[in-house]
Order: sequence, then structure tokens, then C-alpha cells
Amino acid sequence: MKKKWAILTASLSMAVILAGCEPLLVFDPKGPQAQIQAKDIMLSIWIMSFIVIIVFAILAYMLMKYHTSKQRPDYRPPYIEGSILVEAICVGIPVLIVIFLSIVSVQSNYKVESTPAVYKDKEPLIIYASTSNWKWHFSYPEEDIETVNYLYIPAGRPLEFKLYSYGPITSFWIPQLGGQKYAMADMVNTLHLAADAPGEFMGRNANFNGKGFAENTFNVTAMTQDKFDQWVKEVKETAEPLTKEKFEALLEPGHVGQSTYTGTHLTFLPAPEGENGGHQHGSSKSNDSNNHSSGQPSNSDDGNFNHNSH
Amino acid sequence: MEFFERFAIPHPSPAIYASMVAIGLTVIAIVAGLTYFKKWGYLWREWLTTVDHKHIGIMYLISALLMLFRGGADAIMIRAQLAVPDNKLLDAQHYNEVFTTHGTVMIIFMAMPFIMAFMNYIVPLQIGARDVAFPRLNALSFWLFFMGAMLINISFVIGGSPDAGWTSYFPLANNEFSESVGTNYYMFALQISGLGTLMTGINMITTILKMRAPGMTLMKMPIFTWSALVTNIIIVFAFPVLTVALIMGTMDRLFATNFFTSTNGGIDMLWANFFWIWGHPEVYILVLPAFGIYSEIISTFSGRNLYGYKSMVGSMLIISFLSFLVWTHHFFTMGQGALTNSIFSITTMAIAVPTGVKIFNWLFTLWRGKIVITTAMLYSLLFIPIFTIGGVTGVMLGMSAADYQYHNTMFLVAHFHMVIIPGVVFGMLAGLHYYWPKMFGFILDEKIGKWTAWIISMSTLLAFMPMFFSGLDGQARRMYTYSESTGFGIWNMISFIGAIGLAIGFVLIVYNIYYSTRYASRDISSDPWDARSLEWATHSPVPEYNFAIVPHVTSTDALWDSKYNNHVLFPGKYEKIHMPNNSGIPFILSCIFFAWGFSFVFGMWIPAIITTIGIFICLGHRSLEKDYGRYISVKEIEETETKLRGV
Repeated sequence: MKKKWAILTASLSMAVILAGCEPLLVFDPKGPQAQIQAKDIMLSIWIMSFIVIIVFAILAYMLMKYHTSKQRPDYRPPYIEGSILVEAICVGIPVLIVIFLSIVSVQSNYKVESTPAVYKDKEPLIIYASTSNWKWHFSYPEEDIETVNYLYIPAGRPLEFKLYSYGPITSFWIPQLGGQKYAMADMVNTLHLAADAPGEFMGRNANFNGKGFAENTFNVTAMTQDKFDQWVKEVKETAEPLTKEKFEALLEPGHVGQSTYTGTHLTFLPAPEGENGGHQHGSSKSNDSNNHSSGQPSNSDDGNFNHNSH
Repeated sequence: MEFFERFAIPHPSPAIYASMVAIGLTVIAIVAGLTYFKKWGYLWREWLTTVDHKHIGIMYLISALLMLFRGGADAIMIRAQLAVPDNKLLDAQHYNEVFTTHGTVMIIFMAMPFIMAFMNYIVPLQIGARDVAFPRLNALSFWLFFMGAMLINISFVIGGSPDAGWTSYFPLANNEFSESVGTNYYMFALQISGLGTLMTGINMITTILKMRAPGMTLMKMPIFTWSALVTNIIIVFAFPVLTVALIMGTMDRLFATNFFTSTNGGIDMLWANFFWIWGHPEVYILVLPAFGIYSEIISTFSGRNLYGYKSMVGSMLIISFLSFLVWTHHFFTMGQGALTNSIFSITTMAIAVPTGVKIFNWLFTLWRGKIVITTAMLYSLLFIPIFTIGGVTGVMLGMSAADYQYHNTMFLVAHFHMVIIPGVVFGMLAGLHYYWPKMFGFILDEKIGKWTAWIISMSTLLAFMPMFFSGLDGQARRMYTYSESTGFGIWNMISFIGAIGLAIGFVLIVYNIYYSTRYASRDISSDPWDARSLEWATHSPVPEYNFAIVPHVTSTDALWDSKYNNHVLFPGKYEKIHMPNNSGIPFILSCIFFAWGFSFVFGMWIPAIITTIGIFICLGHRSLEKDYGRYISVKEIEETETKLRGV
């Protein structure tokens, strides 16, 4: 069994070599949220390795000591009921470990669910990130611009992503900036991220959403605030405006390249939040089951945000 | 012709056409073979109409092995497609269908019948009963499961396979995004077999609570029976949730309701919640019976009683309770917020405590024992380290903030394979080797068996360890391909080699069955392993009535006590035995259910109405039928016993 552990460690180190000595994405964080997560992961790996080693060691000891070849032929194993003390240790130590990990986990939960502490004093940039099969739409409401399949962000400033989907559940994930969160049709999720320094990152949809899932990716470029402002200015000067017709054409299932627009789709197709949220449907849902009424919410003027509804 | 167009494959390929031909030829071969060897009567009397728990157990076992190869073929296709970057072996649609059926078949139609096989065969023997409480219901359970399995398996040649993942998340699984009838197949196959599972749950609980041998109090039940009891309690609480969710999903797809749609008041998160309220307990439904089998095997081959029997029982009860309180950890990333995630994070990690207790109890069962390493024991000993690796990664996944990075990645895929393969598959294979002599009267070859155990366990490590790394490097699950620049290639190549190893291992198991059937000695005792509990107290193979005289029990290790502590296991003399009659109704009813499901899958309403009426006729027939069973006379018992003793 010890041999197996050695193989495991060897394969781990070999893995690093094979990967060209490049750290795995999750262990190469470029933002405060990803850093918290990488730290938690490493901590849990160490604690769990400790448990694994103990189990392996006990197993190896038992097998070596009590194998039939080590016993007299007439040896009759005793009847052992079990001991309260042993059981208490087997419960007690794992309980302590779980309590410790719970404390770490709960603290991290609140950290990743709020604006990164280091950038608390800066105003967050709000970006609406929505998916349609199989694209990403990024709307910058304050800058009044929109991009498809690529994301420009200022470094050193908190980012608030407002996530939702025109269709199946998707998941917004930039491993080096932080963990993922779902984008869904009837509510908006908020994901807090930040990039520490300029750089390029891989972003993707991590939740299976059909045929085009594998290619449902986007490029992320973090730059200084100045460069970001300059880019916004350029877009406003050069990009064509995003019309309702244009956006509806974009929503059609398929793959498109990267593109840039002035204006956002939020003006004519608001995100499912606040009074446009899917959870507003709650009251009408009971109507649904009672008398098969249309089930449209009271604020139905823009409730039909999903172009695909039949 | 228009009528037949609906049955066409929406996305055909040469492989599917080849499968069609192969299926056709196999069916012809089976029918021809049965006719040529005049086996139709035998098939009908001994198998199709049987209500004997032992025959039903063996049919579950055969189905599980068949489905293992169906799901395994899918697995090989998945790994082959991902072995190199930008592979063109499968396109996206095929890949989606393949991983969907892989998951569905392996969980519902391989692992479930595998545990059902052992629960059916072993539980009545362990408690000294003559059959389960409701033998005919038991036959119905099996045939419903079997027809559900057939339904999902014809999907890829008639109408198209499901393609929305084994979790079948809405709205992706809705008509809008999953256009073929594939997901209808999923809904009805799971529904029909799920009904069977629910019936088994009721049946087994009744059997264990009401039919134990005299003297066997709850705390004197063998540990496998305890695991079966707890498992079936979970089944009875969890499966109705699946039933309801499947009905709602079916209504959405066939009758345009809006339970899970993204518009008109539907809630797309609702399916995910329902699915995992069933789905997480389902994991424990699979793993607890395997834990039971490990407990029996480790105790038998250590030559001593199970360490900490009471805490083993207690930990199972705690696990069963906690299993209903953790479902949200399957989607920490859905946006419930920090408080909800924290609660579910703690409950999730808490499950590690009773599971850990079980691991340590197994280790202490080895303590001061006399360890004999047979194939069954080897699987059990290999299970402990590999399952521990899989299990501790589960604790890591339970830390919700970190889970944002693991979720939907190969890390998760690695975790649940490293839990389910050692936890369930090794357990079932260990059980297969351990109980084979009881079922068939000869021992599977130990040398081939041990080689297989090593090949399978090392291949498991090879196939799934790399996924931890590729997951942390950003490889999402369910991607049909990836580019070379991602650097995932090497990990997936190693996985592919591991998958080949697993395939070789499973082929070796079949070879071992063939080899041992031909060459193994039939001259073995009814207790070849020097075991401890009642199933080894009767003959191998087991006579129809299980025990000629009802055993009397005073401890958890009744047989052991009778062998070494002068306990009298069978007091009294032969009396006539009341046994249930065979019935063709469960099989016929299930066939109608198959046609019923098939009609609904394609929205063919007239056959759907006719089959629905057929179902009610069968139920009515059962209600009005007068069947008081039959008696086996003392003379018959004496004859059978003399013959089986081989005197």
C-alpha cells in the first residue's frame, strides 16, 4: 500500500513535469477570489492527504501483521465487540477536521460572495453576461457598449458580473479569476471577480448546453483602467449600434465570431431581474395549475425576454 | 410511410446501422436457438414466470452484467474520442448521446440491478426466510426494471438516444433544445424501472421486518441485511420524488405544460432540485449494499466477527438521514448565496464522519484476525484505499467556495468515478466472487479473479486520477473535444489507456465465468469460505424452499456459532412448506408497460390508450384471482435433502 502512495506522489510530480512545469490553471490565480479558492483547495489537499496516509498505513499494518501466513495454523481469532474509546476516536478526530474545514468553508463562502476585500474602496464595474446557444453576450450598461464572445476588463478594480441565459442553464467560468456561477433564464446571478494585473485568460461556459458546448468559450483580456477607457472610447466611435433586429439575429442558435456594438440589448430586452425577473411568475404559476390561464406575469410587456418561446 | 418516419434515427452513422444489424441478428439467433433446442418451455417455466427470489436475483445479475458492457462500450467511445485533441471519431451530437446513455445505463440499469441481484438472492437466505414477502410483486419489480432497460436500449436504433446528460437538466431537456424523442425514452425508461424499484423497496422492508427467523432481533441481523433495510428505506423515501419529477418533465415534453420551461412561469431550477433530492440518496442506495457486502467479506476472511457492529448500523442510519440533506451541493453555483451554501457545505462534509467510522471499523475487523486473501477479499482490500481517495475528494468538493472551481469539471468526474467504481462496482464484483458458489455451486477461478482485480483497480487509478489534474487545469466535463493548446491531451491519453485496462478487466470477468463453468470443481461444500451467517447454512445451489427447517438464531453469526459454539441451528423436524405459485402476469404486464412507454415516447395515442387499458386488465385480474399457493410435502423435502447432501 505504501508502494501505491509512492506511485501516487510520483505521478503527481510527473504530472507537473509533463505539463511543461506550468501550474494548473486553478493553482495559478490572477485575482483575489481565485486566490482564496486556490488556498482552500491546497489546504484541503494537505489535510485529506494526511487522512489518506493514515488509512493506508493502518491497512498496510493490519495486512502485514495479521495475514494468515503470519499466524499459527491453529490460531482462532478472538470475538471482539468493539470499544467505545476506539469508536470515540474514530468519530472525534473526523468531527474536529470537519469543524475546522467548515469554518474555513463558511468564511470563504462569504468572501467569494462579496466584493473582493482588497478592492473594496473602488467602484465596481458592472457587466451583464448572458448566453444564448452557443455564445456569450457582454453588456457594459454604464459604458453603453456590448461585445460578443470576448471580454475586456480593467485590472485592479472589482467586477460584478450579472449572469443570465437565453435558453439552457450555462455557467460562467474564468478559472484564473475565480470559480463559476450559473446563468439561468428566470433570474440574474451576481458573481464577484477581479483581476490583479493585466493579462489574458480563458473563459468558458462550464455547464453542458447541447451541441455547441465545447466551443462555448470566450477570451478575457485584463488591461489598465486607462487602456480600458480608451478601448471604450474607440468602440463608441467605430462600432455599429446594436439594434433589436441585430440582437435577435445574434440569438439564433449557432456559433459566431467576436463582434462589438455600441448600445446594449438591455435597453430593449432587460435582464430577468427586479420586476422583469422570472420569480415574479410565482403568483401566476398557481393560476397555471388551477385554470390553465396563460400564466403571463402581470408585467408582461417585456416578460417575453426569451425569443424562443413558442 | 409517413407513420414510420418518426422511428428514423435523426442523426445516423455507420456505427448505428451496424448496431441495428447486430441487434437484428442477435434476436434471430436467440429465437432460433431457443426453438432448435426446444427451450421455450424451460424459459417460460423457470425464468419468465418465476417468483423465486433466487431466480429473480440471477436475472438481475445477468441484466447488470449485460448493461455493464453496454455502458462500458459507451465509456470506451467517450475516452477514445477525448484521447487526442481535435479528434473526429464522434461529432458533438453523437458524443452527447453517448455520455448521456453511459451515465443513465451505468447508474439506473447496471448498478441498480447489481445491488438488486444481491438483495434478492441473499437477504431472504440471511434472515432464514423461504422467499420475500410478496414474491409476485418481486417478479413484477424485475420485469418492470428489465422493460425500462430495454426501452432505453432501443432508443439509439429507433428514434434517437437521449442527449441532455444523465441528469437531463431542463430547459436543455425540453423539446426546444432536445428535439429528438431521446429524452422521452429517458423519461419513460426511468419511470417504468423506477416503479419496479419502489415496489422492491416496499417488498424488502416488509420481508426484513416481518419474516426473520425466530430469535433474530433487529440487532442480530447480519450486516448485509441491515444495509439492505436501510437502502430500501431510502428507496421508499427518494424514488417518489423521481417519479413526480419525471411525470412533470414528461408533461412538459408531451403536453406543453410549463413546470421547467424558461418562460410562462416555469422554473428551470426546479428540475435540478427534484433530480438531486432523489439523486443524492440514490448514491447511498447504491453504495450501502456494497458496504454491507464488504462487511460480510472482510469479516469472513479475517476469520472473526465484524468490529463495531452497532456503530456500523448506527453509521448507516445516520448516512441515510444525512443523504436527504445535502442535495444542494450538486449545484452550489446556482446562486443560493453564502448562507445556504454554508449549511449544505457543512451537512455534506458531515457525511464523511459516519463513512469514516465504517472505514475504520473495516480496518479494525482485520485487527487480530487471520486474513485470507481470496478474490472477494482482494476487491474489498483494494476498495479501501481507492475509495478513501475518492471519498476525501468528496470532502474537498463539499467546501462550497472551492467547489466553484471544481464544479462541472473533470475533477468532479474523477471524484464520483473514484467513489462509485470502488464503492459500488468493486463491491458487486467482490459479491459476485463471494456468492457465486452459493448461486451456482462452484467457485470462480481464483487466479484469473485476482489478476482481474488488480487489473481493474490499477486501471481505475490510471483512468480517473488524471482527471483530477485536467479538471483543475480547466477541462469542463461533457466537452466532446478540445484544442491542442489547452494541454489536456496527455491527461486524456492516460485516461484512455486506463479505460482500455478496465475493458480488459471486465472481459476477463466474463472469461472467468466461462472458464470456471467449464473447468471448476463441483465438489465444494455448502460453506466454502468458512463463513458466519445463515445463507451458508443451506445447500449450494439452494433448494427452492431455501431451508428445510426454519433456523433458530441467537447471535449475528448464527452459522459460526453452530459450527464452533455448539449452537443448534435447525431444531425440529420436516414439515410441509407453503410456497407461492409461478405467474405469467408480471411478465405480461411488464411487456404491456413496455408497449405503453413506447407509445408515449412517440406520442401514438391510440396504442397508448389500448395499453393503458391492458395494464388495468392485468391489475384487475390479479385482484380477482384466487391463488392460495401450494405445499411441498415432507416426502418431497426428504427426497430433495437426501439428493442435495449427495449421499
